[in-house]
Amino acid sequence: MAKVHVTTTINGEPMEFLCEPSDTMLDALRGPLALTGSKEGCASGDCGACSITLDDQLVCSCLVLAVESQGHEIRTIEGMANGEKLHPLQQKFLEMAALQCGICTSGMLMASDALLKRSPDPSEEEVRFWLAGNLCRCTGYDKIVRAVMDTAAEMRAQ
Amino acid sequence: MNLVTNNKWIGQRTIRPDGMDKVTGRAQFAADTTMPGMIWGKVLRSPHPHARIKSIDTSKAEKLPGVKAVVTAKDIVDFTIEKGAVMLGIQDMRWMCRNVMARDKALFPGHPVAAVAATSEAIAAEACQLIEVDYEVLPWSIEIDDAIKPDAAILHEFNKFEGKPSNIAGRLEHKKGDLAEGFKKADIVIERTFTTRPVHQGYIEPHACLISVAPDGKTTIWSSSQGQFMVRAMTSMLTGIPQSDIRAIPAEIGGGFGGKTIVYLEPLATMLAKKSGRPVKMVMTREEVMRATGPTSGSKSTVKIGATKDGKITAAHGTFYLQAGAFPGSPIRGAAGCSFTPYDIPNLLSEGYDVVSNRSKVAAYRAPGAPIGAYAVECVMDEVAEALKMDPLDFRLKNAAKEGTKAAHGPVFPRIGFIETLEAAKNSDHYKAPLGKLQGRGVASGFWFNAGGESSAQVNITEDGNVVVTTGHPDIGGSRAGIANICAELLGIDYKRVSVIIGDTQTIGFSNLTGGSRVLFASSIVVTQSTEKIITTLRERAAKIWEIDPEAVKWEQGAAHPVSPNAGQFEPLTLKELAEKAPAMGGPIGAGVQLNTTGADGGFGTHVCDVEVDVDLGIARVTRYTAVQDVGRAIHPGYVEGQLQGGVAQGIGWALNEEYIYTKEGKVDNPGFLDYRMPVCSDLPMLDCIMVEVPNPKHPQGVKGVGEVPLVPVMAAVANAIYNALGKRFYALPMSPPKVLEVLEAPTQQAAE
Repeated sequence: MAKVHVTTTINGEPMEFLCEPSDTMLDALRGPLALTGSKEGCASGDCGACSITLDDQLVCSCLVLAVESQGHEIRTIEGMANGEKLHPLQQKFLEMAALQCGICTSGMLMASDALLKRSPDPSEEEVRFWLAGNLCRCTGYDKIVRAVMDTAAEMRAQ
Repeated sequence: MNLVTNNKWIGQRTIRPDGMDKVTGRAQFAADTTMPGMIWGKVLRSPHPHARIKSIDTSKAEKLPGVKAVVTAKDIVDFTIEKGAVMLGIQDMRWMCRNVMARDKALFPGHPVAAVAATSEAIAAEACQLIEVDYEVLPWSIEIDDAIKPDAAILHEFNKFEGKPSNIAGRLEHKKGDLAEGFKKADIVIERTFTTRPVHQGYIEPHACLISVAPDGKTTIWSSSQGQFMVRAMTSMLTGIPQSDIRAIPAEIGGGFGGKTIVYLEPLATMLAKKSGRPVKMVMTREEVMRATGPTSGSKSTVKIGATKDGKITAAHGTFYLQAGAFPGSPIRGAAGCSFTPYDIPNLLSEGYDVVSNRSKVAAYRAPGAPIGAYAVECVMDEVAEALKMDPLDFRLKNAAKEGTKAAHGPVFPRIGFIETLEAAKNSDHYKAPLGKLQGRGVASGFWFNAGGESSAQVNITEDGNVVVTTGHPDIGGSRAGIANICAELLGIDYKRVSVIIGDTQTIGFSNLTGGSRVLFASSIVVTQSTEKIITTLRERAAKIWEIDPEAVKWEQGAAHPVSPNAGQFEPLTLKELAEKAPAMGGPIGAGVQLNTTGADGGFGTHVCDVEVDVDLGIARVTRYTAVQDVGRAIHPGYVEGQLQGGVAQGIGWALNEEYIYTKEGKVDNPGFLDYRMPVCSDLPMLDCIMVEVPNPKHPQGVKGVGEVPLVPVMAAVANAIYNALGKRFYALPMSPPKVLEVLEAPTQQAAE
C-alpha cells in the first residue's frame, strides 16, 4: 500500500511526513519526524511514556494514528522548553530530583503541563489521579508529585 | 580513613549531569538511535512451555522479499553441557547460549527459536511466521510444588539431585551453632510457610539494541544494559567475535533493577548484522519483555523461629525454594544469606533450593532473593513478638546484629548502623501516630550484602582547566551526580566544572555490572584515587614554578598554595592557570585508576508501613510509609532518597498486586501493564525517608550501597500492617483484593506449635 502524505503542525512548526496508514503518531514521531523524546514503553496506552498533546488534549501518541494529525496541532517534549529557557516544570524536576532513569520523564512532563494548564492549583490527590496514566518504576512518584505541586505554586505566584 | 569534612558539594542536592537531556527529550536511550542502511530484526518465539525442537525450516522465510538474514541456534556458539560450566560473573554460558536461542528444547513460551532481519519490522514479523518449526510438545512444570513432585516433568535430564533426574538444580546452606539445642532452649517456637509469585522488574524501557558488523568483524553495539562490558563479553562468547573487535556503547538505560544484567537480543542482532552486512535494530515489545525476560523467582519458604520469654532468639531455621525458570540460577544466595542477617542468632540453619521450571529464566531483581526471604522471616518475627507481647521494634532491638556479630554467611560485622535504624523508626513521628478503624501498622527490617568489584575511571583536566571524568558503569539512578559532587569536592571547584560521562568498552577500562548496590561505592574509590593523583601532579607543577619542594605546596579551593608563609610568598595558582601552563610543564594532566574494590559493607534498613483496608472491596491501601536506612554517607541526598522511595514502591506492588498469572496452557496470561498491575501514582502516598549516616570506614567518603536494601523489608512491613488492621495473617503474596476477600471470608490460621 502506498504511504500517506500528512501535513500537520508540530511544536508550532508546519511539518509534513509520509507514513503507513497503520502507523501510530508515536511511530511517525520516532521515525520520519526523528523526535525520539516520546518513548514507547508498552504501545497499548498503559504507561504514558509517549504522552503528547493533540490540539491541547493530552493523548498517548501510541493510541493515535499518524494520519489523524492531519491539519491538527501536535506538541511534544521537544517543544516544551522555549529555546534555552526551560519550562518551570522541567526546571523543578531537575532541582527536586524528580527523575531517575528518565524514560518516563518526557511523558510525565507533558502530562503535568496539561494538568497545570487546566488546574493551576491542584490538590495532591488531583495530581496523583491525573498522573495515574504515567508509569514510573524508579521514583515511587513522591518527588514527581512534589515537583508538580511546587511548580504550580510558583507559577501561581508569578 | 580520609573522610572529607566541611563539604561544599558532598551532601548537596546538585543538578544531575544527565538531567538536562532527560527533561528535554534529548537523552538517547537504546531504541532512539538509527544508522544508515539499518534494517530490523524480529524473534520467532516458542508458543509451548516445553517442547523438543525436531527441526526448523527457514527456507520460506529466507525467500520472502525484503528478508536479509535468518539465524537459529546453529549460528550461536554452543557451550556444551558435557564440557562443564563456563562462568561469566554469576552466569553460566551453557545456560546463556540456550536462553538467547533454544537449542534442542524450547523451555518456556516466549523462548526464542529463530530470528529474522528484514528491511522493515513488518516484513521481519511476517517472515517469522513463515519459519516452520516441528515441535514435540512435552509435559511441563511451572509452579514449585509441581516441579519438585516425584513424577514432575523434568526440564534438564542431565541434572541430578540426590542421584536422580530432578528439577532441583542446586542447594546451599548457611549454618551456625546447634539448631536442635537452640530450639530446646526456646519458650516459644513459631513456624510458618509462605509463598510469593514471580514478579517482573518492570522497567519502562523495553530491551533494544542497534548493531553494526563490518566485513572485517569490527562490531559496534548500541544498547542499554546494566553493563556494557557484560554486553561485550557475552556477545563475544556467543558469537565468537573477539572482545577487542566489539565496541559496546552504553545508551541511557530506562530502568533495569537487575533485569538488564544479561543479554537477550545482542547476540542475535550481531549474527543478523554479520550475515546481512547491514546494521540491525531490534526492539522488544512489552509482551516480549513480560514473556521472555526476567522476572524474579516465585517462591515457597518455611521459617521457624524460637525465642525465650524475655525475647532472645535462640534458634531459627529457614528453607527457601526459589523458582529459577528455564535454567539454573535462582537467587537462593540472597534468600538464604540475607534473611536472618539483621539478627544475632546463635543457632541457625538457612537453606536455599534452586528449582528449574518452564518459565523464562530468572533475572536479578533488586537485592535478588533477599526480599523473598525477608518477607517470610520478618512476618514470623512479627508473630513471635506478638506472642511474647513485645513491641516488634523492641523485639528486633533485643536481637539486633551489631559490631562483632558473626553473620551465618561468614562475615563478622564492623561498625554497622542497624540498631540506629530501629531506634530512628521507633522515635519517628510516624511510629507514634494514632491509627483509625481498619487501619494497621507494620514494621520490618532487611539486609543486603552490597558489593565492591572492578571499576575503572579516567579523570582528565581539559586545556581550559575544567574536568572530564569517565567511568565504566551505566548510570541507573543518579551515580553521575554523586561522582560530580565527589570530584568537585576533592578539587575544590564548582561541580558544574566537572563533566561526568560513561565510557564505552573501548575507551575506559573494565568495569563490572551496575548492580549489587556497587556503583557509587566502587566508582567513587577509583575517581577519588585518580583525582588524588591529579592533585599530586598539580602540586608538583606549582612547586616547580615556585621552585620549592612539592611537600611545601597544598591544594585548596581549586588552587595550589604554599603550605605556610615559611614555604614562600606566592599568589595561588588555580586549576585553570596550571592547565594553561600544562604544555610547557610536562604535558597533559590526567590520571586513571583501575581496581578490584573491596570494603563494601552490607546495608540495613527498617520500614514502618500504615495500611487501611476496604473490607468490602478487599483493597489494602498504603496510607503512610517511612523507610529508615543506614546509608553510610549520602553523597547526593536527593538520589539516595530516590533509591529508598523507588524500592518501597516496587515492594508495595509486589505485596499488593503484582504477579505472573498463567493459563492452563502454561502461558503468561497478563503480559502487559494493564493486567500486570504495577503501582501507579494514585496508589501510593508520599514515601518518607530517614537517612541514618554511619559512614563506611573502608571508603574514602564513607559510602555504602543504598539501592537494594529498600526493597527487602517492604512486603513483610505491608503484610504485618494488614494483620494489625484486620487481625488476620496472610501467608501468600500478592495480597490483592480477591485474595484479601478470600481470607476475610474464610479465615484459616496456621496453628502455633
